[in-house]
Amino acid sequence: MIGSTIKNREAELTLFRSRALVAGMAILIAFSIIAGRMLYLQVIKRGYYHTLAEANRISVLPVVPNRGLILDRNKEVLAANYSAYTLEVTPSLVKNLDKTLDELTPIVDIQPRDRRRLKRLLEESKNFESLPIRNRLSEEEVARFAVNRYRFPGFEIRARLFRSYPYGDVASHALGYISRINDADVKRIEAADLTTNYKGTDHIGKLGIEGSYENELHGNTGSEQVEIDAAGRAIRSLAKSEPFAGNNLTLTIDIKLQQVAELALLDKRGALVAIDPSNGEILALVSKPGFDPSLFVDGIDPVNWDLLNNSPDKPLLNRALRGAYPPGSTIKPFLALAALESGKRTPQQSIRDPGYFALPGVAHRWNDDKPGGHGVVDMYKSIVDSCDTYYYQLASETDIDKTADFLRLLGFGGKTGIDIDGEVIGVLPSRAWKEQRFAKGASDARKWYLGDSISTGIGQGYNAFTPMQLAHAIATVANGGTPWKPHLVKHITDATSGAIRLIEPERSAELPFKAANLAFIRNALAGVAKEGTSARAFANTSYVSAGKTGTAQVFGLKGEKYKEHRVNELLRDHAWYIAYAPADKPTIALAVLVENGGFGAQTAAPVARAVIDYHLLGKQPDPKKIKAIENDPAVND
Amino acid sequence: MILRSTINRLFDALTRRLDGPLMVAIVVMAAISVTIVFSASGGVSLDRALGQLRNFAVALVVMWVVANIPPQALMRLAIPIYLAGLAMLLGVALFGEIRNGARRWLSLGFMTLQPSEIMKIGMPLLLAWYFHRKEEGLQVKDYIIALAILLLPTALIVRQPDLGTAILVSSAGCFVIFFVGLPWKVLIGGGLAVAATLPFLWTKMHDYQQQRILTLLDPMQDPQGAGYHIIQSTIAIGSGGVFGKGWLNGSQAQLDFIPERSTDFILAVFGEEFGLLGNLLLLTLYLIIIGRGLMIAINAPTTFSRLLAGTITLSFFTYAFVNMGMVMGILPVVGVPLPLMSYGGSAILSLCIGFGILMSVSTHKQLVST
Repeated sequence: MIGSTIKNREAELTLFRSRALVAGMAILIAFSIIAGRMLYLQVIKRGYYHTLAEANRISVLPVVPNRGLILDRNKEVLAANYSAYTLEVTPSLVKNLDKTLDELTPIVDIQPRDRRRLKRLLEESKNFESLPIRNRLSEEEVARFAVNRYRFPGFEIRARLFRSYPYGDVASHALGYISRINDADVKRIEAADLTTNYKGTDHIGKLGIEGSYENELHGNTGSEQVEIDAAGRAIRSLAKSEPFAGNNLTLTIDIKLQQVAELALLDKRGALVAIDPSNGEILALVSKPGFDPSLFVDGIDPVNWDLLNNSPDKPLLNRALRGAYPPGSTIKPFLALAALESGKRTPQQSIRDPGYFALPGVAHRWNDDKPGGHGVVDMYKSIVDSCDTYYYQLASETDIDKTADFLRLLGFGGKTGIDIDGEVIGVLPSRAWKEQRFAKGASDARKWYLGDSISTGIGQGYNAFTPMQLAHAIATVANGGTPWKPHLVKHITDATSGAIRLIEPERSAELPFKAANLAFIRNALAGVAKEGTSARAFANTSYVSAGKTGTAQVFGLKGEKYKEHRVNELLRDHAWYIAYAPADKPTIALAVLVENGGFGAQTAAPVARAVIDYHLLGKQPDPKKIKAIENDPAVND
Repeated sequence: MILRSTINRLFDALTRRLDGPLMVAIVVMAAISVTIVFSASGGVSLDRALGQLRNFAVALVVMWVVANIPPQALMRLAIPIYLAGLAMLLGVALFGEIRNGARRWLSLGFMTLQPSEIMKIGMPLLLAWYFHRKEEGLQVKDYIIALAILLLPTALIVRQPDLGTAILVSSAGCFVIFFVGLPWKVLIGGGLAVAATLPFLWTKMHDYQQQRILTLLDPMQDPQGAGYHIIQSTIAIGSGGVFGKGWLNGSQAQLDFIPERSTDFILAVFGEEFGLLGNLLLLTLYLIIIGRGLMIAINAPTTFSRLLAGTITLSFFTYAFVNMGMVMGILPVVGVPLPLMSYGGSAILSLCIGFGILMSVSTHKQLVST
């Protein structure tokens, strides 16, 4: 017991030795546990920990491919890339963003515009994403930031690729733009199973060529294995799989012609589509006003966004593809062709035009635009002078469904099949269409009336077509009856191999028009430019062109001669001109629409003249001459 | 002839108080330590490796000096060292410097020191002296006095707070009492009593201390925070495998994933780069030192030297065990360096003072026994 004494030194030594022995055993057991743990970690679980260590050490970074270039048919660069330094911030790492931005401003010039844009991006994105504050930093700004970097955790300077559009807003609606990937894009990318390929990609094509040819332009993302330290800094590159750059697109567009067309449209709202009638290549695709696509590249700031979005001029609307307007008199040559093909009219059959059309037993009169009428009118004159009464009568004798069936062959009421998205089909009226359109109305409202047919006869009433559809239809007439699918991309160049993939022209159909009928219509269309409604605009051309004016009423003024100057500008008629040239062997067919331009002969035909002049003669347009015709009171439909 | 005999005499004077096996093990460990400190400090700059070399050089000189002090002289130093340590602990409690939320350091004007370190030697020294004097028979009273000698500094260290050091210091005291022959019944009873107070102790612990124990049980609950050290060090050791990744090639070590990698967590660097084989070599060296220490204790001529040698040896084992257990995730994180491996002068110095005492005990016994 504790109280007992140990007297013997030997006994004490024995006691100590036994304790030392116990201690030694305990130590052996303890070290066995340690050795066991080592064995467990380093042998049994070695694979597991090896994986974890590698995951710590290696980070796989995406290497973003260069986006494909967009060139015009003459190799002019329309969209290219440049690399620049951007200042970026990861908001989750910054405590007081506004205050930090204030402190940063003397180092890197941050404008209120940049702040507004950042604010917008913040609302749209997740906190841990790196967001751009300013692009294209100068060398000096980069150096200044590098020195002060320690003061701004969460801020970083990165070298990034940007999209540039050297021609600014020219052809903006055809090219479209790229913009930061938003939630909707992410969903689309996921749905298409492209998430891996878009790792590291910030931008995606949104409209036009950039949007519709996204898959060609994007390229394949590469990857780089980087060794990183605990702070996430890259130490060295371990392996790299190179990205494949996106393919280059060569467009059918002639950017010089496009510029001429945009210039000729002056400051008006409108659209122009010019097509090579021999193969459907689109030479110019204009919608005015346009926009500067580079505004979108680094996230558009709210002020510019409001300007674009809320402007009454609707600069973001692609009028060429998405604007459906009543065709006015431009529909007449197509209806005349229909009458010839169906045998309803012969070229020689003529009418007497008293200045109006009336149905027996109906009090209402359909007025011709020429008071007193055109006198005796045959089919040639009906087109050249654009006689309404001739077409009122023709329409009154023709079943609307037959008319619709014929126009459908020429592409009206359907998509032309252009290779960018967004095309609308407009309205090709028929009984079935009206039934469906007014399905919720009373039976009276759903019924097709003869009166409906009659206004359709001069391109008013329900029908509404896009400039694209009219250009497509006139191109079909121009080439002798072959509707080619319109397209904007001529060929695709593989960025790696340089191999060229041609986009073969595609026929939508082969139309069985009688050659004589077509020849008659084409002759009449040439007459329009020679001696008809557009003769003033096409005076003194060294070539022969063919065309047809059109004036689409924005709203009808029944029975009363319409006084243009009395109506508010926005209620003015839309001016149309469809044309092709040279008349015998056309190389260009086009449709021009000027919104609220008044008479087609006044504002649309001169634009067509300017475009054809440049295309055939290389002549630059003279805005003064275009204005002169517009203001000439002698010119009307 | 004269030259030869001079050299021989000088060599004899230098080595007669040194213990061969201990000396060899310590020198091998020093070489390993310098090598691994070089790797753990980035593998480029020699600063830390040379610093560690200097630490060992200084400590070995001090060891030689201590080895030349006969145990009787050490016995006379027991009371002064213990009292000085106790006074300094009181000084710390009254006007110590606060670092990292704990009052552990005492500023002496020209240097700051941790008086609890002194107690690691001072406490077993005094206890061994006390029991040596009572050689002729131990009574309950003696154990109570021993307990007081043990508990007084321990309480002061706990209050700093420095639970890790308190445990190490008090365990040194317990080893003396264990060796002196406290009956098993009492030892086991005491152990049970301590176990019974654990829940109470838990409530008295600081948040960070509780956190360390919780982290040990489940490091993944806070992998970027409290669990980070343990997770990264086990990854390092585990990924080293049997043969290791090679010197300077440990990715966990070289890429900064291991915190405190040249001090408390140096085993993670060593285990990663030298693998299981390196680790087993390390364990073997520790066993050689411990085994030799126990042999010296068993063969020691007096109660004092026996108790002292045994306790120093067991303390050395405790440091190694606690550190390795911590780095490999089987013991809570306590700030204990790996003996003779971790970078740091004072730890090596105090270890070598201990080895000096062991050598003194082993080489002075003839004088006493005759």
